[in-house]
Amino acid sequence: MNRWLVPLLGVLVVVTACVSLLAGTVWLQPAQVLTSLLADRLDLSSLIVSEIRMPRVILSVAIGATLGLSGAVLQGLLRNPLADPGLLGVSAGASLGAVIAIYYGIATSFTLATPLMGLLGALGTAVAALLLSRSGGTLSLILAGAAINSIALAGVNLALNLAPNPYAAYEIMTWLMGSLADRSWEHVQLAAPFILSGFVLLALTGRALDALALGDAQAESLGVPVARTRLLALIGTACGVGAATAVAGTVGFVGLLAPHLVRPLVGYEPRRILLPAALVGAILVTLADIATRVLVFGGAPMGLGVFISLIGAPFFLWLVLHVRKRTP
Amino acid sequence: MSDITVSHVTVRRGPQTVLNQVNAQFKSRKLTAVIGPNGAGKSTLLSVATGLLPPASGEIMLGGEKITAIGRKELARRRAFLPQRASADWPISVERVVALGLTPNLPAFGGLPPFLLPEIDRALRECDLLAMRHRPVTALSGGELARTMFARAIVGDPEILIVDEPTAGLDPRHAIDVVRRLRARADAGRTVVMAIHDLDLVLRHADAVVALRDGELFAAGTVAEVMTNATLSALYDVQVRVIPDGETAGIRFLD
Repeated sequence: MNRWLVPLLGVLVVVTACVSLLAGTVWLQPAQVLTSLLADRLDLSSLIVSEIRMPRVILSVAIGATLGLSGAVLQGLLRNPLADPGLLGVSAGASLGAVIAIYYGIATSFTLATPLMGLLGALGTAVAALLLSRSGGTLSLILAGAAINSIALAGVNLALNLAPNPYAAYEIMTWLMGSLADRSWEHVQLAAPFILSGFVLLALTGRALDALALGDAQAESLGVPVARTRLLALIGTACGVGAATAVAGTVGFVGLLAPHLVRPLVGYEPRRILLPAALVGAILVTLADIATRVLVFGGAPMGLGVFISLIGAPFFLWLVLHVRKRTP
Repeated sequence: MSDITVSHVTVRRGPQTVLNQVNAQFKSRKLTAVIGPNGAGKSTLLSVATGLLPPASGEIMLGGEKITAIGRKELARRRAFLPQRASADWPISVERVVALGLTPNLPAFGGLPPFLLPEIDRALRECDLLAMRHRPVTALSGGELARTMFARAIVGDPEILIVDEPTAGLDPRHAIDVVRRLRARADAGRTVVMAIHDLDLVLRHADAVVALRDGELFAAGTVAEVMTNATLSALYDVQVRVIPDGETAGIRFLD
């Protein structure tokens, strides 16, 4: 079972990504997708595939993988099964940056203004969390993150509160619900370098996370640089999740849920959770993105983040109860 | 050769001086007990001796080398440290927890190389853990967990083993079992240091004693030199009698 887990999840990622290329308001045939990918034609289906669905699929896979991976890293680092990328204030910081862009109308000046400001917000909060927790340990990092998270969320609410007109408030709300609609190759280009570097930084923490299962003191005595690991995880999360939130809005629960789904399958070892959690995250976000396109209730499209929370929260509850029964 | 020498070590935590100009020596082939009342600085002295806590002043020598001159990884290979109530947070299997003790021996990339597998089997066998190697550590009893953590510490066969209160929370049989294992490590030529509150076990199994009180060195020497009525009574501020009992002796606290 264990040996087949990663290949199996890899195949599932490819399958969901292919389905995502086909699904939507206009359903395509696999043959249409193939010809539009291979031949250089300019008909409607080629345009849909190359300009609309392809960047969307790439973003959903990359964002899901980043959220799953950073969730797995943070849960291992903080030895807390409830840790997720939101805990350190990174996603709230990205939200605040983006909301400021919308609020002050910077968003209308050029296409990437909102995600760029989101990225700045994420990096800003990460630096703040790092400075505040510099001298302390893991607990002070959690507390600093929680405080910064609250401050950023307060800022978001303030913007909603003082919104100059209902349209601005509506735009902010829609953005906060998370979505991959109308994302283009420009968004991919903006997010890709940050998501990739975040991925590398987070993956480097693997072995340290295994030793950290024994606690900070034992890990340190085994030659693991605990402070450096914390730094890698925080900067990796800021880059990866910051970029993900900046282009797609708030997508919760994936970072929390993905590691829990695979943990029992890999013997609970923190390092071996990383890759499967990233793959599960990619599958979850891609599936949810398909669902938001296919399921339309009363004309309004459902937010990606809303859909994931709606499905994810009860499932997570079931998982917690189930896991509690099996493990002491 | 792998004696640890702590000289003139001072440690401050905020305005408080936790250790004040402490000198101590932990010799190889000896089981040294660090004793003293709560808050005397035992755990701090152990952390300093492991090289994990840099002191405000003073220095720590390992053999002929300054401990700060030894690389992080090499130091981790040469000395093992078990903090108080060591445990693991996830339900990882006993075998994998023991394997974590080989972290400093791993190559830069990849998993556990096959030539290290016999080491894990040896540690499991020495600690009577072979039968429960696939059990999750969170499902073990206190004694089994202590054995697992001990196996984790000795799996790389370190020259130096430093253990903080290995008998805390264990029943007498398991406490004796743990100290016997430490004794065996010392007899095998390693430097073994333990902070401990059970003076009977010190009397019976240790070679040397370092006594701390209020962050200062109170007494140091062989068991016979330190474990006397006068020294122990003054150390703990209670009347203590060392009562001969056949070949060994027992400790009695009087009011």
